[in-house]
Amino acid sequence: MATTTTALKGAGPVQGSRSFFLKLRDGDEIARLITLIFATTVVLITAALVWELWVNSALPRQKFGFHFFVTSVWDPIMEQYGALPFIYGTMVTSAVALVIAVPLGIGAAIFLAELAPPRVSDTLQFFIDLLAAVPSVIYGLLGVFIIVPVMRTVIYPALNKPFGYLPIFKGPSYGVGFMTAGIVLAIMVIPYIISVSREVLLSVPRDQREAALALGSTRWESTWKVVVPFAKTGIMGSIFLALARALGETMAVTMVIGNTPKIAASLFAPGYSIAAVIANEFTEATGDLYLQSLIALGLVLFLLTFILNGLARLLIVVTTQKGSEVGG
Amino acid sequence: MSSGRLRWRKFVSNFMLAMTGVCAFVSVLVLFFILGYLVFNGGTSINWDFFTKLPKPVGESGGGMANAIVGSGKILLLASLMGVPIGFLGGIYLAEFTGKGMASVVRYAADLLNGVPSIVIGIFAYSLVVLPFKHFSAYAGAFALGIMMIPITLRSTEEFLKSVPRMLREGAMALGASKWKTIASVIVPAAYRGILTAILLALARVAGETAPLLFTAFGNRFESHGWSQPTATLPVMIYTYAVSPYDDWHRQAWAAGLVLLGLVLIINILARTILSRGFAVPRS
Amino acid sequence: MNRFAGLAIGVLALCAIVLADNALLINGAGATFPYPIYSKWFDVYHTNNPNFQFNYQSVGSGAGIKQVTEGTVDFGATDGPMNDDQLKAFQDKHNGVGILHFPTVLGADVPTYNIPGVSGALNFTPEALAGIFLGKVTKWNDPAIAGPNKGINLPAEEIIVVHRSDGSGTTYIWTDYLSKISDEWKTKVGKGTSVNWPKGIGGKGNEGVMGSVKTTPNAIGYVELIYAVQNNIPYGSVKNSSGNFVKADLASVTAAASGAAKEMPDDFRVSITNAPGKTAYPISSFTWLLIPQKFQDGGKRDAIKGFLKWMLSDGQNSVEALSYAKLPKEVVEKEKKAINSIQ
Repeated sequence: MATTTTALKGAGPVQGSRSFFLKLRDGDEIARLITLIFATTVVLITAALVWELWVNSALPRQKFGFHFFVTSVWDPIMEQYGALPFIYGTMVTSAVALVIAVPLGIGAAIFLAELAPPRVSDTLQFFIDLLAAVPSVIYGLLGVFIIVPVMRTVIYPALNKPFGYLPIFKGPSYGVGFMTAGIVLAIMVIPYIISVSREVLLSVPRDQREAALALGSTRWESTWKVVVPFAKTGIMGSIFLALARALGETMAVTMVIGNTPKIAASLFAPGYSIAAVIANEFTEATGDLYLQSLIALGLVLFLLTFILNGLARLLIVVTTQKGSEVGG
Repeated sequence: MSSGRLRWRKFVSNFMLAMTGVCAFVSVLVLFFILGYLVFNGGTSINWDFFTKLPKPVGESGGGMANAIVGSGKILLLASLMGVPIGFLGGIYLAEFTGKGMASVVRYAADLLNGVPSIVIGIFAYSLVVLPFKHFSAYAGAFALGIMMIPITLRSTEEFLKSVPRMLREGAMALGASKWKTIASVIVPAAYRGILTAILLALARVAGETAPLLFTAFGNRFESHGWSQPTATLPVMIYTYAVSPYDDWHRQAWAAGLVLLGLVLIINILARTILSRGFAVPRS
Repeated sequence: MNRFAGLAIGVLALCAIVLADNALLINGAGATFPYPIYSKWFDVYHTNNPNFQFNYQSVGSGAGIKQVTEGTVDFGATDGPMNDDQLKAFQDKHNGVGILHFPTVLGADVPTYNIPGVSGALNFTPEALAGIFLGKVTKWNDPAIAGPNKGINLPAEEIIVVHRSDGSGTTYIWTDYLSKISDEWKTKVGKGTSVNWPKGIGGKGNEGVMGSVKTTPNAIGYVELIYAVQNNIPYGSVKNSSGNFVKADLASVTAAASGAAKEMPDDFRVSITNAPGKTAYPISSFTWLLIPQKFQDGGKRDAIKGFLKWMLSDGQNSVEALSYAKLPKEVVEKEKKAINSIQ
């Protein structure tokens, strides 16, 4: 639809604004503007979120500076706030989760990508996608009523009796603690590792496998020594993605971690994570320093997940591109 | 190569491949275990009371979660009304109207937003909506959940619109349709399955969120009227009841968990079936 | 098009249902200590006065103080009275308007435990309690605990300490008591709604602590009396300042308040832990509703004043069934006068 150019009387600027309004009557331009406004809203919301986090955590930054990250005291009465116990707890539970989830997840992904016939693979992937959709609070429910008792009656005796001298297995059994939270997290992140690793493995070109088999390797050898290394950056990406999910997990963790802001070597000890302390103490933080310290923790969490997600995406894109470049 | 060594390698191969099968089945089994456990523990507690009665005072048994079910429904509805248009129209912009620069910025922002932990979104909603208006409310909760729906809706709309075949676009243009008319009458309808799927998946994702509701919708012993009162929601009730010492509340938590999980899974399955049935592409 | 029409109708119908009832909703939040009696009261009050709905969220005293100060709820509730800084903070946020404390019931913090094989009431000395929570008394068969409990078979197991993870008036009462009877506790930890606990796991609310103790063998925690009673979990007797081991019940809690009743300060903020008296239970406390002195909304103000009057008269008749003790007569009279100062 062509806009009619009218012979406009008058000076330059008026002519310019006239043509703007003429353009506005054009449906395309309106549509473009409207959708642009909404697209910009997304950017604005994100910017506002980051800005609010930064501005509302100014007090602890001013008061504690870098020490905020390395102090392990969290004392609302003395107004001493240190992030270390929460960073520690977040790291430890995520590490436990990965130790459990990565072998299981990659193993399952290998099965789904290399061995299972397409229909079986798709069906199983369907169920695994459903597992990823289970809400966090349901995992918390199962954690409290199933995993905590199992931890106390089965896992703790199995690890503490023979290996109790090791620092990571020392101490009494609370039922809740780092390991329990780690186990619950593992179940929650396995689907992410599986689905991304499976995609990445599927994108490895066929001739890589066939070349290995032609050289006399067994199925397993061609998978483990050729296909997986080819896809390894993407698999790393899936692990980062899982880690990012584990770091931000709130409800399931707070129900089984023990809510204790202390650093302990033992995996059976109770601890705290960044997300859990915010959930527990946010509505009651009296005093600006207290509240802002919690928001500062939120900022830390945000930055961690931001970096991890970015790295993950990079690694996954690189791998899938590599697959299509090498050809096959 | 000696046949002994070959036999060993073959054995290792079969063993390891079998182990991967075990891994896969264990992972899937977890889903069925969760479902089964919820049905077993919660199934018996799902009765008419659960859906129609309000919670009883602490320590007394009986009562239900009528207010939480309605509350969740209200908040999810409002969240969709807030988040979906932004994601949808923003996605149209990315797919149809933009050049490289603006597109990357918007996409980057959406990906960033997607990765933000839900508790941090809760903080944001608290500072932006609860504090200035001085009360906990359903719309504060909906604001938090709506934000979480935006990235999925946006990226999926963009992708599905972009994947509509060129011939449809060019055909419409050849017939003299303007750009926006093409989008509205041809492209969007062609991609609607995928977009609908994305909206459903986004909805399923936020339906189970608890953390952002803790300091936005807060909680309500009664039904909340309108949108500006604190509202009980299913996930928050599950959390509150689960950590309590009352057996009756535990029973109700299981039932609520079953209802919530059932809802989320049904939406997911629905979404994926819509998608797998393919696009509505007109036959030539 | 039809789809959109259907959706629009659905939304409108929903709004209609949702906006139908117009009972006045008054929001409160705070202490879990009195939650059983508050939830009962608000339920009964609503049945008698269907035009008023009091929505009380049991989120802990700390959150109650914070949210009423922020103005996100209409009233708060706490068992740890607001200190002067918090009172000033409220005034600063509300243009000089103050906030009032109204005692509602008397309750008690009891040491509750889950020791396999032990179903009766243990005797705890103040030193034993302080030692357990400081982390110095680590096993159940420690002489500090076993001494006053001859004849009971205490296992040689590690004590699992359970405390509150949220800001809590119940914690305030407990730490207030420990600060009075243990100098080490006073200097090392202090008293407050949220302290730096030397050891233990955290449960959310009285409910969370009770839940943890109930499911964790060898655990000990502190909860309001009714939580232990409702869940049939054993709780111990505590040695009071006169040297008697007293179990928390209506009589011993009332005895603890009798001295304070006569000398109640005008702002009703008082601590009755470790109170004198042969039969007094040493970890008793009042619990308060926090009511702003001035209300913008006349309807809400009248509703709250009406509730307070009812609470002081009829309401007091239902507290004993839930193991809370009634307010002393002198306190009730004083409060009735104070209600008039709410504008």
